[in-house]
Amino acid sequence: MTVNRYRCQLHHSAHERRLETHPLTWWLRDDGECVGLGEYVAKDGYAVVRQVLGHQGPDEVIETLKAANIRGRGGGGFSAGVKWSLTLKGENLPRGYLLCNADEMEPGTFKDRLLLEQVPHLLLESMILGGYANDSFYGYIFLRGEYVEAARAISRAIEEARAAGWLGRDIAGSGFDFDIALHTGAGRYICGEETALINSLEGQRANPRAKPPFPGQSGAWGKPSVVNNVETLCNVPAVLRFGADWYQQLSGERSDDGGTKLYGVSGKVRRTGLWELPMGTPAGELLDRAGGMHDGCTLKTWLPGGGSTGFLLPEHLDLALDFNTVAQAGSRLGTGILTLVADDQSMVSLVRNLEEFFARESCGWCTPCRDGLPWAVKLLRALERGEGIPGDIELLEELAEDQGPGKTFCAHAPGAAMPLASAIEYFRDEFERGIAHPGKDDVMPERPLSANGERGDAER
Amino acid sequence: MNGNSHLLASDGDGFVLDPEDRRTIEQERDHYEQPQAACIEALKIVQRRHGWVPDGAIVAIAEALGIGPAEVEGVATFYSLVFRQPVGRHVILVCDSSSCFLTGYDALREALSSRLGIGFGQTTSDGRFTLLPVCCLGACDSGPVLMIDDDTYGPVAVEDVADLLESYP
Ligand SMILES: Cc1cc2nc3c(=O)[nH]c(=O)nc-3n(C[C@H](O)[C@H](O)[C@H](O)COP(=O)(O)O)c2cc1C
Ligand code: SF4
Ligand code: FES
Repeated sequence: MTVNRYRCQLHHSAHERRLETHPLTWWLRDDGECVGLGEYVAKDGYAVVRQVLGHQGPDEVIETLKAANIRGRGGGGFSAGVKWSLTLKGENLPRGYLLCNADEMEPGTFKDRLLLEQVPHLLLESMILGGYANDSFYGYIFLRGEYVEAARAISRAIEEARAAGWLGRDIAGSGFDFDIALHTGAGRYICGEETALINSLEGQRANPRAKPPFPGQSGAWGKPSVVNNVETLCNVPAVLRFGADWYQQLSGERSDDGGTKLYGVSGKVRRTGLWELPMGTPAGELLDRAGGMHDGCTLKTWLPGGGSTGFLLPEHLDLALDFNTVAQAGSRLGTGILTLVADDQSMVSLVRNLEEFFARESCGWCTPCRDGLPWAVKLLRALERGEGIPGDIELLEELAEDQGPGKTFCAHAPGAAMPLASAIEYFRDEFERGIAHPGKDDVMPERPLSANGERGDAER
Repeated sequence: MNGNSHLLASDGDGFVLDPEDRRTIEQERDHYEQPQAACIEALKIVQRRHGWVPDGAIVAIAEALGIGPAEVEGVATFYSLVFRQPVGRHVILVCDSSSCFLTGYDALREALSSRLGIGFGQTTSDGRFTLLPVCCLGACDSGPVLMIDDDTYGPVAVEDVADLLESYP
């Protein structure tokens, strides 16, 4: 059989990577096998736990992280240090939870999988340090159910770490107690939203919770809970080892955001995959590393960081891929994993595919999202068949507007609105081509009103 | 028995948790501050043994965790990987998200559907395969991607579908 089992691929070989320049992926083996405890420790793994616990106070750790400004790699870009400084902690308060968001389901994103499958001990070390800084007593890794290989790697790493005394009571003789459990999910994209994740962890339906209170004040079982993405957390040990200045200068002139980023490319390019590069690397460099588009294709548009980010154009390829620069261009860095779209791709169909995803994955809690997204899908399907009617595009724009930030209970709907609004902005002519233009004597049928007052035909 | 159990077709169907599963569920319960949290894992444990989650298992899990069956049912129906209907011996999850859409999802779904004679949400008449769509499988650099049981494959060319299916008897 010629179909291969999937294995995630990093594109630099070991001799190209150093800890000082590739703090996330230096640990990886060239053969892609999981780095076990022995090998991790032989590479000085867990040294930062020994260096920090009992030698630096949690506040000192947080100050270093604030100065380093590790921006949240789950897509939001919020500073991890600032988040940790806001976690409720103190003598008379219950110790809480450190939650690692390993629910990776953002369309087009395949980065956390690499770290989870190949260096689970780096994540555990990061979580121990995070637990120490936030005064958490327990950590959960919330892993999506389909990541079977990662689940195996993490379970084994937790057992190894526990047996070696890196988890449990009095870690490294510091008096700090902390343990970690793996929690695997059962599907649904919305579980990645941090408060939905907490509900899911508690064994409930994964509807988001109202904020405030933020998880750092009251999260899992009412206790202070810190939620961070896998990649965000995995930056922590190197920052504490080499310092905030080192982290800041990793990106050099390229970006105000420090550090490196796991960047990736998918779509019709010659060489898809992942690279760890300085934050602010332009998309054009990634496209070059990917060997350009497939023969006969040229680049039409691209998503900078998953399905919930806005489309950008070839003219944006030179922009630094960091949080502020991509936002200024009207999109979001998101997960930083690029989806490249070739010129033969219909934008109406691609956006229809994206909105079908968001409609299906809506948790159903609030109206603009639950009802607006299926409506948008209906309109897009009509346009795709060339059966749109005048006004449909404006209606789609209104729907995108109604799903914008602050108008729904969580960021799912704003995420759905971004690719929709930007596709219409940049490729309006394609949407217009989906509108049926009747002859001058034809009567244009009005779509009948459906029960909820939406304008649409019943069979769609 | 909790009054909410009338929501279910029957009160247990005589379903009894396998003793080993019960032990594993009780161990899982100890991983969390409250027993309800073990509910998703409990559903998955039952599903691993039976292939799906019958009504009786909802009641049995509720009893094992000391919560209401309606709560367990509410959770079971929310999550896409908990099956409340019988499924085939092998479950095929086809990624229908954007990168796979760009790299051949439509053709792959067509090939699977015509080979198996079923659409999404259906099971072949011999009970061998169930076909379902799934969110981005985090393997977008190898689209189009699918999972069969615990195995992830990509890129899956249309020509390879027959051989791939053959390897799951
Ligand atoms: C619908 C939705 C899905 C999300 N999915 C994920 C996810 O799979 N992984 C993740 O790390 N963050 C995800 N997030 C972002 C989280 O809510 C949260 O901001 C993040 O985990 C915080 O970690 P960070 O600051 O380290 O990025 C999602 C957000 C939304 C609104
Ligand atoms: S925006 Fe969508 S996903 Fe978020 S709470 Fe509302 S219905 Fe649920
Ligand atoms: S889009 Fe199919 S694996 Fe990511």
